Order: sequence, then structure tokens, then C-alpha cells
Amino acid sequence: MTMIFGVPMVALFGQLLLGLINGAFYALLSLGLAVIFGLLRIINFTHGAQYMLGAFVALLLLRHLNIDYWVALLLVPLIVGTLGVLIERFLLRRIAHLDHLYGLLLTFGLAMIIEGSFVNLFGVSGSSYPIPEALQGGFRLEFMFLPTYRAWVLAAALGMCLFTWFMIEKTRLGAYLRAGTEKPALMQAFGVNMPLLTTLTYGFGVALAGFAGVLAAPIYSVSPTMGSNLLIVVFAVVVIGGMGSIMGAILTGLAMGIIEGLTKVFWPEAASTVIFLVMILVLLVRPNGLFGKEV
Amino acid sequence: MSALSFFGKTRLAGAIAGALLAAVTGSSQAAISDDEIRIGYLDDMSGPYSDLAGPGGLEAIRLAVEDMGGQAAGKPVVLFHADHKNNADLGANTAREWIDRRNVDLIAGLNASPVAIAVTRLVEEKNRFAIVSTAATSALTNEYCTPNHLHYVYDTYSVSNGAARAIVANGGKSWYLLSADYAFGHSMEEQVSRAVAESGGQVVGKARHPFPTSDFSSYVLQAQASGAQIIGLASAGSDLVNAVSTARQFGLVEAGQTLASLMVFITDIKAIGLEAAQGTQFVSGWYWDMNDETRAWAQRYFDRVGRMPTMVQAGMYSSTLQYLKAIEATGSDDPQVVRQHLLQTPINDMFATNGRVREDGRMVHDMYLAQVKSPAESQGAWDLFRILDVIPGDQAFLPLEQSTCKLVRN
Repeated sequence: MTMIFGVPMVALFGQLLLGLINGAFYALLSLGLAVIFGLLRIINFTHGAQYMLGAFVALLLLRHLNIDYWVALLLVPLIVGTLGVLIERFLLRRIAHLDHLYGLLLTFGLAMIIEGSFVNLFGVSGSSYPIPEALQGGFRLEFMFLPTYRAWVLAAALGMCLFTWFMIEKTRLGAYLRAGTEKPALMQAFGVNMPLLTTLTYGFGVALAGFAGVLAAPIYSVSPTMGSNLLIVVFAVVVIGGMGSIMGAILTGLAMGIIEGLTKVFWPEAASTVIFLVMILVLLVRPNGLFGKEV
Repeated sequence: MSALSFFGKTRLAGAIAGALLAAVTGSSQAAISDDEIRIGYLDDMSGPYSDLAGPGGLEAIRLAVEDMGGQAAGKPVVLFHADHKNNADLGANTAREWIDRRNVDLIAGLNASPVAIAVTRLVEEKNRFAIVSTAATSALTNEYCTPNHLHYVYDTYSVSNGAARAIVANGGKSWYLLSADYAFGHSMEEQVSRAVAESGGQVVGKARHPFPTSDFSSYVLQAQASGAQIIGLASAGSDLVNAVSTARQFGLVEAGQTLASLMVFITDIKAIGLEAAQGTQFVSGWYWDMNDETRAWAQRYFDRVGRMPTMVQAGMYSSTLQYLKAIEATGSDDPQVVRQHLLQTPINDMFATNGRVREDGRMVHDMYLAQVKSPAESQGAWDLFRILDVIPGDQAFLPLEQSTCKLVRN
């Protein structure tokens, strides 16, 4: 048995694969943040709460309306995205002309309200969401047992990331959006409805968070605090990748997932802090992030 | 006119009468301070541990007060509460304010070991009484014991030690330990390792995960690779819930390994769901579905709260009831008088069987080895476990001879 630093190679492959899956998840979450910040210059602290909302709405739809996972996967992002649209239209737009910090405070306050209300309504213990039948069981690989659902998370998260990247970088709509962040007045003059585009983009970023929430519901316990733990890590990923870069967020998310996975094997106690260590190092060397453009 | 007008005379007469009255009643006023029994409930009301005690615990205490008719020794019981948010400073300051301004007699609840330690120290300093029902650390009856508090429901020693010994005796000899990387997890890891080794088992591997952690897939993989029969989980709350669900997804239980959760409450099992948690073994201080008495009380609680009580909430009812009964029997709410009475009175009620309070403040009672039912076996929303075995109190808790409590060392 080949050993690497005292760990059998076979075991290491399993950890790497798990790290990749987690990384895809981070990538999906940080993508939403990157879209909102990169294009709208809004620091969306509500992202964690919106992710939690996605999971909870999926749970409630199942419990009360018997709406299954597959329908929820389409419906929940729309619902959560609509909430995002409302937030942007009635709250964020009013402070858009002010310093970024006000947006941060507003979204932070919103996050606390949303999470607090849910704790009040549902308690903190959380509930389980069943894995859909088609995705139960797993593959007996040589180096580990891989649950089918985790493989699905990898595929769905990567798929959504690529779709988003394609939309923003390769389509006309994306081009309008990118141009609009640099020269909004000019775009408005050309007849592009910038406020509407801004609102819809925020809604899309929030919908991405909701989508991640539905993906997460069967594997992590659905509890009101599930977002707050994850949010700070996702912010770190976005900072490392570069606040403006879509592809940066995706690649960094994957990379951080793998690094965290390796840390869990060799130095498990440090697993939750290694991403921040990387963030500090990156900020020292490249303050704009690995793939960032000048902010 | 005399120096004292009519009103002046009345006032003087009133003052003399008042002084005489105070002198006459002064001696009996010392029996129940302020003519009221003041109970302050201090717990985590909104944070990560609010489901296992929290607002439900307050209802449990209210039930106890009501069962005593809202009074003891002829004096009314006054109940108030606050949220300490698992913060030792906030907890200690609230307790201090209660002691100084409201003359509290009993402080109950006290979740989170750092808060319990801080408040019990304060209570010793100011000579009040506290009954810790929620915090886990067995240090509360060892290096942090005081003559002014009881540790009531369970502690890290009784749940971990009892579980480890019982499971090894049942055949689970090789263990892999996964613990939360902070004081509570370390203490559990150490106690379980020792218990396993002493009962003839072996710890073949261990890992510590950050607190809190959401993704346990990596640790589950390592546990599977270890080949141990028993995977011991020394985590609580959402960490435990995620660890057990993940173990299920990765087929850990199907492949033949058994999960042993070392600190689990009924609220955690409900959150994990029977599908994922089935077969898990653990030690509990109480379960609602054990006998008619427990079921009857649990139904009363359920009618008010909408959830079945945890062992902590049941323990709060019992400890408050015993406290009030002690006041009723002795006619005094002086902490040392009450404590002496409690030390001498066996406790056999809805909550405790063969219960007694020891010199070190530890309330010792029978504990139960339980196992989570499978979805097929469960007949109701809260029909979640079965009791496999009873662990007599003297075996479950740390023997008094081994206690490092200053009250016993002399």
C-alpha cells in the first residue's frame, strides 16, 4: 500500500474526491456572491440566510404541499429569487447611491432578522430532508463508497456554475450587465433598462443561493443557522478568487474545497481555519485576489 | 398645643407599632427571605442549545411550581427568567443582578459549562442556591464543586462512561473516536478512552473536528477506513446531527459499524430523523415513554410546549419540585438548610429512580442505555427509542472516592 505522509494513497483519493464535491458547493455559493458584488457592487451579507431560506422553503413545500425534490429544485430558486428581487427593489435601491458599507449593514441586518425569525418559528435543532429515491444508494468505488447524491451535487453545482459563467461572459445579456456595471449612465442612455437589470441580477444571485440551499437540504440538517456558519467561508473564497471575477470564484471554490479536504486528513483541527490562512496569504501577495481585476 | 399635633401622635403610634411588629415577626422572617421564594431561570433561550432546555425548561419549572400550588411553606413562589446566550460574562452579571437586586433564592437551568461554573462560584460567594440541570461538565462536582449548588440531571462522565462500558460489555470492543475540538469534546474523548480501555476494549483511532463543522464526509471516511466496530461521537447539537446523517449516507451503518453518540437528546434524534439515526446507542437520564408516570407528565408538558420533553426539561421539573418540597419540609429557604434536607432525602419521582444527592452536590440516579428505533418500529412521531438496559446510579456516576471535590477531600 503506497503511503503519502502516513496516509494510504487509496484513502487520499477518497478525501480528494470529497474535497472536490465540497469545492463545487463552495463554488456555487461564492458564485452568487461574486455575481452580486462583481456586477452590482453590493456586499450581500444576506447570502447565508437566503441559502437557508432555499433549504427551508424546500422542506416546507415537501411537508405541507407534498412537492418533491425535483420540482423544488426548479421552484425554490424562483421563490427565493423573487424575494431577492423584492429586497433589491424596495430596500437596496434606496441606498445604492451611498457608500458600500451601508449595503453591507442593511444586508447584515436582514440576515439577522431572517435567521432570528426562523429560530423563533422552528427552533434551532433543525430537521432532516429525505434524499430523493432516484439518488439514494451509492457507488462502490475502489477507494471509497460514494453516495449517489454527492455525485449529483458535484454535477449540479458545476453545471450551474458553467451555465452562469456562460450567461455572463458569452451572451448579449451578460455583455449588457458587464457594461452596465462600468458605465450605467451610458447604458441607460442607450436604452437598456439598468434598474431592471440590476434588480434581476440581484434576484439571480439570490436564486443561486436558494438553489444551493435545495442541494444542501438532503445532506446537511435544515436548520435556521445553517447559513451563518457557511457564509464567512464563502466570503473568504470570494475574496481569494477576486471580488469581480466569475471564473475566479468557481475555480477558487473548487481549489479551497480540495485544500480543506486535504487538511481534514493531515490536520483535522485546522480544517475550518485553513481557508482563512490562504486568504491572508493571497491578500498579502495579490490584494485583488487571484483572478481579480482592479476594483 | 402640645409639641406633637394629632397627626404627629398618630405617626408616632404607627411607628412604634411597626417597630414592635417587625421585632415580633423578625425571627420568622428569617425563615423564608422576603416572604417569597424567588426562582430565577437562567438558560440559553435562543441559541444552539435552546431546544434541549430553553423556553421548554421554563414551562417544566412552571409545572413544578403549579404542582406545589404556587407556594411552599405558605409563601408564594415567584419565577422569572433570562437568556444568558451561552456567555459566561452575561450569565454571571445577570445572576449577580438577581442576587443583589431581586434577592433570588434559587438559580435554575444554567446551560453551557462556562456559565454554570461562573454562576455557581458567585452563588457560593453570596450564599444562595443553584441547581444546574443543563450544563454537562463533571467538573461541577469535582474541582468546581461548591456547598451551594447541585448538579442534577447528567454529566459528561455518566453519559460517556456509562455508554462506553455498556457498549463494550455488549460486544463493541474496537472504537474510533470523533470529538469536537473544544473543552467539552476533549473531556469526553479522554473519559471515553479511559472507560473503553478499562472495560477491555481498544481505541484504534481518533480525530478531532472543529466546532462547529457542517461537513463530516471526510471524518466519516476516516472512521470507515479505521475498521473499528464502534464509532464514538463526542459532539453535541448540530454537529452530532450532521455527523450521524452523513454516516448514514456513506453506508457506515449498513457496512456493519455501529454509531455510539455520547451526548444526545431527544431533540437531536428528531432532527436527524429515524432513517439516519436508527441503531445508534447512547445513555440517557430519562425518556418520556418509560412508564405511566413519565408518560403522564410528558403529556402535560407536550400539551403546553408542542414537543416531548428532553431529559433536561424533565430534570428541571423534578429538581424544582424537590427544592420546593425541601422548603416545605424545613420551613426555610436558607441554602444550607435546604441542602442538608436534600442530602438526606431519597429522590424517587417521575424523573429519578433511586435518586439521592451526594456530598459533592452530584444527584445520582439510575441512567438508561437506549437505542434509536428504526422507522418501521416507531409507532408515533415521538416514539424514538427503546431502553436496552438500566445502569444503576452508583455505576453510572463517578464514584465519590474518586471525586476531587473540596467538600469530600477533607
